[in-house]
Amino acid sequence: MRNVPTVAANTFREAVRDRVLYNLVFFALMMIGAAILVGQISIGIERDVIISLGLTAISVVGIFIAIFLGVALVSKEMDKRTLYALLAKPVKRWEFLLGKFVGLVMTLTVNTAAMAAGVYIALWSVNRAWQPSDIYILTAMYLILLKLALIVALALLFSCFTTPFLAILFTAGVYVAGLFASDLRTVHGVEVDPGALRLVRGISYLLPNFENFNVMGAVVHGRSVPFALVWQATLYGLLYTTIVLTGAAIVFSRRNLK
Amino acid sequence: MGEFAAENTKYTETELKKRIGRSRQMERPFCLSRVAGCEHIVAAAVDDERWLFKNIYMPQGAIEIENLSKEYPYGFLHLKKKKSLEDLSMQVEEGEVFGFLGPNGAGKSTTIKLLMRLIFPTAGTARILGKPIDDVSMHASIGYLPEQPYFYDYLTAYEVLDYFARFHNLKADDRAARVEAMLKKVGLDTAKKIQLRKYSKGMLQRVGLAQAILHEPKVVVLDEPMSGLDPLGRREVRDIILDLKREGRTVLFSTHVLSDAEMLCDRVGVIVGGKLRGIGAPGELVDIKAQGMEILFELSGPAQNLPLLEKATRTGDRYRVQLPESELYTALDALKDAGGRVLSVAQIKPTLEEYFMYLVEADRAQASAVEVSGK
Repeated sequence: MRNVPTVAANTFREAVRDRVLYNLVFFALMMIGAAILVGQISIGIERDVIISLGLTAISVVGIFIAIFLGVALVSKEMDKRTLYALLAKPVKRWEFLLGKFVGLVMTLTVNTAAMAAGVYIALWSVNRAWQPSDIYILTAMYLILLKLALIVALALLFSCFTTPFLAILFTAGVYVAGLFASDLRTVHGVEVDPGALRLVRGISYLLPNFENFNVMGAVVHGRSVPFALVWQATLYGLLYTTIVLTGAAIVFSRRNLK
Repeated sequence: MGEFAAENTKYTETELKKRIGRSRQMERPFCLSRVAGCEHIVAAAVDDERWLFKNIYMPQGAIEIENLSKEYPYGFLHLKKKKSLEDLSMQVEEGEVFGFLGPNGAGKSTTIKLLMRLIFPTAGTARILGKPIDDVSMHASIGYLPEQPYFYDYLTAYEVLDYFARFHNLKADDRAARVEAMLKKVGLDTAKKIQLRKYSKGMLQRVGLAQAILHEPKVVVLDEPMSGLDPLGRREVRDIILDLKREGRTVLFSTHVLSDAEMLCDRVGVIVGGKLRGIGAPGELVDIKAQGMEILFELSGPAQNLPLLEKATRTGDRYRVQLPESELYTALDALKDAGGRVLSVAQIKPTLEEYFMYLVEADRAQASAVEVSGK
């Protein structure tokens, strides 16, 4: 376990040196532009627009980083054979995998925190005052991070047994399907075969339900986010991520590196 | 069933196994199956009711490989299998430099990757320093240089060595000192702050070598360590390998460069087509395949009736003839009768390269024979 922080720190350093955090510049420019624009075209809904735009951007940018860098975490090391010298050290394969996961989640945390600061600055520049419900932006950020961690775990799992291209497709596919997991559970109709209905519902329970991490509607409109929802989402996210990472570790520990 | 002397008492292997099973402390664990049938002395002493066994004079293989095989599936559904390594059994003794020779695709890198647990065997086992290769703790005592090594190109040489050193639990001061010393040893101390993306192939090879020996491992496994190096670099690597030997470390390295193997190795193993074709000291191997005798002689006058002249090559006044060892004395008698003067008689010793080529050609001939009979 002591090797995990070493691998994680190096993964974070790689992301920084590969200029992954440069996306923050784009985000900052977007928030500045949005703040100027909404001040001119909207009356009374500046706050809603800024939060909505900010949280959506954080989520979308985070998902891109989680999928593309998540898949590259292991596949790039295997492709470039940087892994060979490392695995000949007293490092267990699961330690390497967990270190890579933690390193990318650290990167996403820094990225998300910087973006959150950007949203708060934009809010202040528009309203020149804080509202008590602004604190829930942090709750939304936290749940987005949980979602991103789960996406990274899925990307890692797929990259352990297939090509990077397919791993990206699979991860994106599971994410999109996971957004509709709730809808799949409530599918009903006279025309639908009961067997197929049971199958669809069964699959919907296997898929990660990403809607569990979505509180944007409440936060944008200044409503509170129930604490029960937060801890249930936390438990769900941690459990699902742990299961996926365990699966990835099992697959990776048996993988022949060519 | 072997018998073992312990404290002037003879035990059968079964009795000894029972006693070792009771022991709480052994100076150096060993494998009894290797003891069976050997004449090495196993001594035992009683100390506070604890049995202490010592395996005196027991040769301990630093690397022990038993029936190691590797098959790779191929084809659309991975139903076909290609044998990359077949039933490899060999041992590298402690403190020796062992050269692993073979043409491209012979199975050298496969064997090394199996030992490093980068790939998994289809059958067979291996131990390094007495521990099975799937024991990760064993990796603390081994160093490995991959073939054509590539490292994180966003790191400098110093950073990459520091990163690898962290996995060996070295304290910060010790780590820094070792990294600096190692950079100097491989000639990269002036380039230590340059990112590896700007390094040449030869420089990366040096970084690879440095990370392999940074933690002073007991066993060093180098996959093509001379690859990509200029003559100066090759010489430096040779010197490092000799240093490692002087320090009592075991070195296993694969190479295409037979002169390096001849110069550095205590023993070599030649692998062709996934099978070990020969193993031993370079001198022993070429002696085994001695190809006959060569006589260098002069004749004082014309000797028309000397049959030896038909096979001889003339250079000035001298004749050189090669013949099987069984015909040596007959030929010498004939020369004496013809008034010839023998200048030298020498055994024809092929070089390691010739021996290597002989094995490769034999393997190809066998493979084509199988192909023809298969048709």
